[in-house]
Amino acid sequence: MRFSEEFEQRFVDMLGHYPTKRSVLVPTLLYAQDEVGFLSDELVQEIASRLELTELDVRNVISYYSMLTTKPRGKYNVQVCTNIACMLRGGEELYAHCRNKLGIGHKGTTPDGTFTLEEVECIGACSWAPAVQVNYDFHENLTVEKLDKVLDGLKK
Amino acid sequence: MIEYLKTGWRSIESLGSNNTITQFLNFPIPQFSMADLVSHPDEVKVVSRRFGQGATNIDRYLELDGYKAVQKALAMEPDAIINEVKNSGLRGRGGAGFSTGMKWSFVPKQSAKPKYVLCNGDESEPGTCKDRLIFEHDPHAVIEGVMIAALAVGSQTGYIYIRGEYRYLSVIMQKAIKDAYARGFLGKNIFGSGKDLDIFWHGGAGAYEVGEESALMESLEGKRGIPRIRPPFPAVVGLWGGPTVINNAETLASVPHIMLGGADWYSKIGTPKNGGTRLFCLSGNLEKPGVYELPMGYNLKKMIYDVGGGIPNGRELKAVVPGGSSTPVLLPEEIDVPMDFDSLMKAGSMLGSGGVVVLDDTNCIVKFALRTIKFYQHESCGWCIPCREGTDWLKKTLTRFHAGGGLKKDIDNIQYLSENMLGRTFCPLGDAAAMPTIAFVKKFREEFEAHLEGKPCPFEEEGAVEELPVLAH
Repeated sequence: MRFSEEFEQRFVDMLGHYPTKRSVLVPTLLYAQDEVGFLSDELVQEIASRLELTELDVRNVISYYSMLTTKPRGKYNVQVCTNIACMLRGGEELYAHCRNKLGIGHKGTTPDGTFTLEEVECIGACSWAPAVQVNYDFHENLTVEKLDKVLDGLKK
Repeated sequence: MIEYLKTGWRSIESLGSNNTITQFLNFPIPQFSMADLVSHPDEVKVVSRRFGQGATNIDRYLELDGYKAVQKALAMEPDAIINEVKNSGLRGRGGAGFSTGMKWSFVPKQSAKPKYVLCNGDESEPGTCKDRLIFEHDPHAVIEGVMIAALAVGSQTGYIYIRGEYRYLSVIMQKAIKDAYARGFLGKNIFGSGKDLDIFWHGGAGAYEVGEESALMESLEGKRGIPRIRPPFPAVVGLWGGPTVINNAETLASVPHIMLGGADWYSKIGTPKNGGTRLFCLSGNLEKPGVYELPMGYNLKKMIYDVGGGIPNGRELKAVVPGGSSTPVLLPEEIDVPMDFDSLMKAGSMLGSGGVVVLDDTNCIVKFALRTIKFYQHESCGWCIPCREGTDWLKKTLTRFHAGGGLKKDIDNIQYLSENMLGRTFCPLGDAAAMPTIAFVKKFREEFEAHLEGKPCPFEEEGAVEELPVLAH
């Protein structure tokens, strides 16, 4: 499997940071996922063999972390926080709006593969609630109108 | 040491708009939206003093007294550093509030295995968004804090763990570490002292549970974030079996200021046994939510009505969650209380991670309790049965309750179930789910009763909640 040069460089660097190879697993999986889109069978085998782990070891870890996925996602992963601080300021309305607008539910993907929708737990934007994270970008102090602007801007 | 507080610092307002930080950056950084900074005259800026001043740039950081504290620490005996931190009254900002100096003193002087310092930046407690600002505006302060902790306990390796969602902060932190190496502040023979010290970045991938110290170590070792039984405590047996100091990012970012300003100065800012300042994250139904740095012991009522600007739209205060979602709720008549660890403990709650969530009177407590427990049910790692099953049953019961399908005996059952989770798990996640739930039931029993016998939620418009059938008695 081929990853970007940046990935390979970081991978080699990180191996030197710990007494055990296994320690690089969690961040490596996330960076690999960012490049491939999801953790495919081939990717899991590749990482397992690089770190001298069994495939089961790697899958055990994948199933624990909520950001890791073995299923393909849309180009933009729209993560709407509905936890307490966002809920008090309209997070649930934003989530309902996204469901209607995109026509998909929790962890659903639009047929054209542009958007995946996810209701997520606290993303650490409580003082700027309600907040939505699209891939890694934070969008804060949102209203339905502002969110529409963000989503419509991405669609183009 | 008041001069230390005032000299050479520009106030955030003098920089104009909040997004001016980029003008100091001399490296390409992905575009991201900066969280808004706020300000209030009562603030005492210690940890936040470099916010908005471009201190992500190492030259700028050096101009703002950067890396002076670690040089001071290098000239001190390890025990003297620990004593200084002990005397400052600094207590863990992650939530437990344990004395930082005391924690460091538990690390054995001699160890066959390498010792480690681990900075916990897996901030995920609902209501808390302070570490994010520290990494965003002052990453070198965290590095310096880790360095001083490493000198104090005799460690040569530190790790800074940042949650996976904070990707842009990982970029900032990796760049900051690289810059520190390039200047020779990290690596071999730091500042010509003959001492070696390495600090590395580590990233998570989405897990609240990993913010717990032993699960954090498991995650850093490349495993599922499942807590370890204690004793042995991490200070004796931690990462890869070596003694490990684990501190919250805000705790470590406070340390360089203590070294420069002195323990005496720092301890006097707060209340007895609660030294210094704290980043309080005000959120919820407030006029001016934001992260404010206030002295320990600042009055909660004043924090809500003065600093936070009060409740918008002419509504009344209904309840306050004072320290992140895991802390028991306070009623409006209970909020005239100083915000420090001991005073809140006396008031029957906890200072926790400093996330103050304010609810106005349009909110349904049953719904709020349900959303809180949904979070803990989702985040329970499933290792300890009381937490795994308890959170799941609480979620089921509260879901049915909120939909109008509750029975009178459920109210007592919710409380009984929660009380039986307390203290019966490896890590405090079980307690974190149970404590607020008990408080919701005890303090808002009549509101739970108003949901009984198929009545729709009194706070929702008709038909907003999917109605569930009432169970047979």
